[in-house]
Amino acid sequence: MKPGMNPAVAPVAAPHATTANSVGRVMATVMTALLPATLCGFWLFGWPAIYLWIVTVGAAMLGEILCLRLGGRAARPALSDGSAILTGWLLALSLPPWAPWWIGVFGGLFATVMGKQVFGGLGQNLFNPAMAARVALLISFPVQMTAWVAPLPINAAAAPGIIEGLRITLGALSPALDNISSASLLGHVKTELSRGIDLLHLLTAGHAAADSLSGARAGSLGETAAWLIAAGGVLMLFLRIITWQIPIAMLAAVALPAALLHLVDPGRYLDAGSHLLSGGVMLGAFFIATDYVTSPNTPRGQLVFGAGCGLLTYVIRTWSGYPEGVAFAVLLMNSLTPIIDSSFRPRVYGRDRKGVALEPIK
Amino acid sequence: MRLFPIRGGIHPDYRKELASEQAIVSLPMPATLYIPLQQHIGAPAEAQVAAGDLVKKGQLIARSQGAVSAPQHAPTSGRISAVTLVPAPHPSGLAQLTIILEADGRDEWGELPEAIADPFAAPAQAIKDRVAASGIVGMGGAAFPSAVKLNLGIQLKLDILLINGAECEPYLTCDDRVMREHAAEVIDGARIMAHALGAPRVVVAIEDNKRQALAAMNKAAAEYPNVAVIAVPVQYPMGSERHLTQAITGLETPAKKLTADLGVVVHNVATARAVHAAVRFGRPLLSRVLTVSGGAVRNPKNIEVPIGTKVAELVAFCGGFKSEPSRLVNGGPMMGQPLPSLDVPVVKGTSGILALTPAEVNDAQAGPCIRCGTCVTICPCGLSPVEMAAFIRKDKLDVAARLGVQDCVSCGSCSWICPSHIPLVHYFNYAKGMLMEQNREERKIERTKTLAEAHAIRLEQAALAKKAAMDAKLAAAKDKANAVAEEQAGA
Repeated sequence: MKPGMNPAVAPVAAPHATTANSVGRVMATVMTALLPATLCGFWLFGWPAIYLWIVTVGAAMLGEILCLRLGGRAARPALSDGSAILTGWLLALSLPPWAPWWIGVFGGLFATVMGKQVFGGLGQNLFNPAMAARVALLISFPVQMTAWVAPLPINAAAAPGIIEGLRITLGALSPALDNISSASLLGHVKTELSRGIDLLHLLTAGHAAADSLSGARAGSLGETAAWLIAAGGVLMLFLRIITWQIPIAMLAAVALPAALLHLVDPGRYLDAGSHLLSGGVMLGAFFIATDYVTSPNTPRGQLVFGAGCGLLTYVIRTWSGYPEGVAFAVLLMNSLTPIIDSSFRPRVYGRDRKGVALEPIK
Repeated sequence: MRLFPIRGGIHPDYRKELASEQAIVSLPMPATLYIPLQQHIGAPAEAQVAAGDLVKKGQLIARSQGAVSAPQHAPTSGRISAVTLVPAPHPSGLAQLTIILEADGRDEWGELPEAIADPFAAPAQAIKDRVAASGIVGMGGAAFPSAVKLNLGIQLKLDILLINGAECEPYLTCDDRVMREHAAEVIDGARIMAHALGAPRVVVAIEDNKRQALAAMNKAAAEYPNVAVIAVPVQYPMGSERHLTQAITGLETPAKKLTADLGVVVHNVATARAVHAAVRFGRPLLSRVLTVSGGAVRNPKNIEVPIGTKVAELVAFCGGFKSEPSRLVNGGPMMGQPLPSLDVPVVKGTSGILALTPAEVNDAQAGPCIRCGTCVTICPCGLSPVEMAAFIRKDKLDVAARLGVQDCVSCGSCSWICPSHIPLVHYFNYAKGMLMEQNREERKIERTKTLAEAHAIRLEQAALAKKAAMDAKLAAAKDKANAVAEEQAGA
């Protein structure tokens, strides 16, 4: 073969060198950043959590393979970029850790089939697939999706072992939920407020900061160790996988109204720290809202998008029937991404923001 | 001197160390030279010789034609064997009219124009005429006739002649070596050009990764208070003239204008050196320094090469290939053109010949866009490559044009950084070509329409005139008939 005449490669045109970066490498880095919080979740919630994670990731991959086969496309290259695994992974982290296997299967399949492949595969979906699946699950199976358990470290005497854990995930063994069931902070607050008990009389409020350090509290599989999530996020910032605009804007947009209203009426409104460190805000800010495909790609657009995600999360948490709102907030903002993108384009060199050529200075 | 930031940009693997420590060597005169009549932007030159003619070194062999053109001179003495079609150093590999010169080995100089003893006392026009007659074109790669650019001082008031020594393309080290080894010639050429332009200041901008070049140029410029040598940050595409101008002045060149509209004219270091030779010694542009490099080249070098040398001879001079190259490039890896073969000549704009290994090219199948937005972040022109490419794929060129595709400088940063390896800049070059073609068509249609309308009006006027004439004639005939009738009646 003559040099420069290789027909197997894309058009031979400049540039004749490229970055060593690739989609697979980006996905792998994100997964690495997720690892600490995930392992912490496994530790805290034991074998059922591990099984649920495997089932969810497996189902997400299966959905991807099925669709690619149906479309007559090769499954291997698409699968090897790791995007389906990451989608399943993120979904698993947002599930109640002892949820039955079919929650993971339904969610995983929904994420890649309805959330992604229906739109045309990687890069084409309007909504974050993991959050679309989480919302579908929450609406379809509210009981299973809000069955929280108190953390029971994997080596604790009372923790389910390998076999027992498998039976819990398979639904064959109904754990004595009464003994170990618990409420997440946000759920607890919502329930108590609706019973007319104000926050000043609740002991749980205000402890979020301490609990989130160890993650030892009730919550989704991978969301309880908020500081580990944030550490993963900082790693991604450092490696320039994500930029600061979305996470900072989202965290600020949760914290500011929370702090303000808490100041006004501490009996009705939870403090900013509890909001930031509870539920899915950290995971949402660093790993969900920053999803490339479904977020805007200009810095100013990302600020608007992040702020929207944060504000909507706060509004849903505070005034809606749901204790948690990250998934809804992200999906709502996803739908605005195209319009944000076209409204916040960068200024073209030599032109003003409207696209009119600059006046020569002289 | 204060520097100003430019937007975006990338930091590719520069790999300049392959050739940067190789001092410039002269290529032994090849037996045969192939001198294309078109080596520059503008009209091709017109051959002044025919097969069998004997020529001396430096003799004019092709005359420039029209306002934007450049002549060619014989790089050595010898016999013209043919003026015929030879494959051009262009990706198409199409042939173009070329003068073939068989060297006689004596390398005998012909009669040269007289040196301009004191160029700073000479009128600007004399300098420009000399530059034009010497066949000097922009040697950074664009090959725009330099004399035309020197005329910018006539209509515009210029402040700065900016000498571009950024050499931001990876691999290329020829400008670096020219600045290290011939600093005084570059500075002298630059001062002469500034005089011709009427620009009071000369600024030489060099990327900060060329410390020895900076030192040499600073030394050469030390005695001239109006010449400043400045280190600019290593940031591709710093060498883009619009961006370099912005880094130095903080001013953005308005869309569809020239840097000259800001009072800045940019010339390459090698061009300045060529001007020095032309003005001080009467020597036309006969050779240039270029870099032969890349992982597949056995001994990368910086070589002073006679114009018209076949690329294959350069490769042989560098010890040939040590591995099968996956791609041959004419120019740098970011903006250079793929070379169709080694059997093409070096021209005035050839700044480098690269033979890249598969690992260096890193060919990968383009994957789906994941909308990471990196291309938007790094675009030095503030464009949205991801969006423009999506519209161009759907053949919506009008939308791409509205998004500013014609403001793209084709630096290739977006293609380089894309994790999905989408050939973004290739889409933009395609769109720019199509839009230009459309524009030309539209103008042609417009012109045809105006001409047709004018024709219709002319016909109508002619018809009216004819009718008026007929009427007048009829009326006259009638009058006459009446008169006759009256006469008869009276009689």
